[in-house]
Amino acid sequence: MSQTVEAAPAPAPSEPSNRVRLGLSNRILARPEVGALVAAIIIFIFFLILAPSFRSAESFFTVLYQSSVIGIVAVGVGLLMIGGEFDLSAGVIVYTAGLFASMFCWYFGINLWVGAILSLVFCLLIGFLNGYLVMRTGIPSFLITLGTFFVLQGANLGVTKLVTKTVSTLDVSKIAGFDSLGKVFSSSFKIGSVTVWTSVLWWILFVGIAAWTLQRTRVGNWIFAVGGNPDSARAVGVPVVRTKIGLFMVVSFLGWFVGMHQLFRFNTLQAGGGVGNEFLYIIAAVVGGTLLTGGFGNAIGVAIGAFIFGMTSLGIIYAGWDPNWFKAFLGVMLLLAVLVNLYVKRMATARKVG
Amino acid sequence: MRNRTFRILAAGAAVVLAATACSSGGREKTDDTGTSGGGNAAGSSGYTIAFITHETPGDTFWDKVKNGAQQAAKDTGVTLKYSNDPEAPKQAVLIQNAVDSKVNGIATTLVTPDALAGSVKAATDAGIPVVGFNSGINDYQKLGALMYFGSDETLAGTTAGKRLADQGIKHPLCVIQQTGSVALEARCAGVKSSVPGTENIQVNGADDAAVTTTLQTKLTQDKSIDAIVTLGAPQALDAIKAKDQASSQAKLVTFDLNEQAATEIKNGNILFSIDQQPYVQGYMAVTSLYLNLKNGNDIGGGKAVLTGPSFVDSSNIDKIIPFTKNNTR
Repeated sequence: MSQTVEAAPAPAPSEPSNRVRLGLSNRILARPEVGALVAAIIIFIFFLILAPSFRSAESFFTVLYQSSVIGIVAVGVGLLMIGGEFDLSAGVIVYTAGLFASMFCWYFGINLWVGAILSLVFCLLIGFLNGYLVMRTGIPSFLITLGTFFVLQGANLGVTKLVTKTVSTLDVSKIAGFDSLGKVFSSSFKIGSVTVWTSVLWWILFVGIAAWTLQRTRVGNWIFAVGGNPDSARAVGVPVVRTKIGLFMVVSFLGWFVGMHQLFRFNTLQAGGGVGNEFLYIIAAVVGGTLLTGGFGNAIGVAIGAFIFGMTSLGIIYAGWDPNWFKAFLGVMLLLAVLVNLYVKRMATARKVG
Repeated sequence: MRNRTFRILAAGAAVVLAATACSSGGREKTDDTGTSGGGNAAGSSGYTIAFITHETPGDTFWDKVKNGAQQAAKDTGVTLKYSNDPEAPKQAVLIQNAVDSKVNGIATTLVTPDALAGSVKAATDAGIPVVGFNSGINDYQKLGALMYFGSDETLAGTTAGKRLADQGIKHPLCVIQQTGSVALEARCAGVKSSVPGTENIQVNGADDAAVTTTLQTKLTQDKSIDAIVTLGAPQALDAIKAKDQASSQAKLVTFDLNEQAATEIKNGNILFSIDQQPYVQGYMAVTSLYLNLKNGNDIGGGKAVLTGPSFVDSSNIDKIIPFTKNNTR
């Protein structure tokens, strides 16, 4: 190959000069969460028709609970993905947090609040380490956090076995602080016959904070900038390293939060738990309109994504379908959700051009 | 900004200090002697036995199998080489490794007989005695294993089902925590053969919250469910929570045991547990090889030795609770 055949004229750089103010309908359709919302409504109606026991407030709040346990961490993972990184250790860190607090307090016989706080510090350190390694080495976060994932998975088992001589933690419900922590992390109250778990309220709060941060604050702009194009972000003075490390720490904070919920609801934890959930968080984020490549998405979309997952996984049971097909149904539902999402987005962009 | 961070940290530290006062309910601070009781020095009998399982790391059940094997090795002065892999081809390689390193005996689970047949044959060809345990009850002789220690999962399920049927149960829910597991499916099939109305459900065993909500949902959806059969002790504890939430009156029984499940049997929240006595499986697999090497013994009279089903219920729970604390039952 001696001859150069390229030298084709470079396409004219697309100028953002055709920036016109879009009509209201287009502006709504172009938002990342709208596709997910449409999908959620379709699936919701689908189960309302097919599953009689789905049609009650109790069922709806059970679905919300299931969604919240996934959704709380998913919010953090969504933010991180908008910032252009992945965290595969997010599923296991939930259990690391719970195991740490539980065994520390059990072994030393001290107040669970101490364990909870130390566990938080520990999780934040892991988040920091994830972020620091990614930024320092330039190795994709996919690989770094895969490493953390394996390390935590092994350490969860190894340490639990060393401390308790079994592979699950021991009952901590008699240790001081259990009741007060339980009130914070895993209490529920009744409205009529409906049980509302506080984790649902926490979830809404976290989503609210994340949405507000993304849309209304400077940090939010930074997150979009570092996910879209880190080099230009750096060039315009965005603290890329700090933003990304911060995002990893947000994920580990939310992982810790759910870990505390698990611990104080179930009071014993299996050391092998949480594996596989990291993908649920990523799925929730993607179904909710977050781009896998970063720079696009929003918190409410991620919340709807988690809701779709929670609703589908329980809706199949409310409908009483053959459990052997469960995963297949789930897969089809999720594909449908993503397709509807894509379709709505296409429609939005098509109108924009036309 | 920095000042504020400092203040938050300082406040946090103060809380930590204030709360470090000792609290009860944790570890009992006595010198526990553990499960080890005397025994011989490792390797004093001169035998090396390879102990190979398809354990998925982190399973309480395998923990007890391993404890049994280790205790037997101690008691007989055998050097134990433990290895495990949940995937059949890799487990076959582990057996081959044991043959290559010329161990005196091999104890292995035979969960996937066809995949392991080649390696087991290599062992018997090399004159190494092989003992099967835990799974492979129908195939161990065909593969050339001398003895077998384990439970018959279908029999265990059938027996549990009979006990449920005696209580007038019509529509039990059988909870499978690991998709596609032959042993778990066999248990549920056994229950179904005694109680035709049995229904299966799949749950994600790695996530307690998911197990609980799934069961709660099922109990809400189908009010006619009058019993729950969990196939592992941790899931039984989740099922108790799910029953509360769904205000279900269904009876709860479980396979296998752990300390908390034993306590719930005592409290009456779990009706009974079907125990296949994993500790015995590990212990006997090693001991039988030792006896075979030392004395030419053959245990079982040419038949599989059943380690279960053994029932744990309110009648014998007081005796068994201390053993669950030792992690041997």
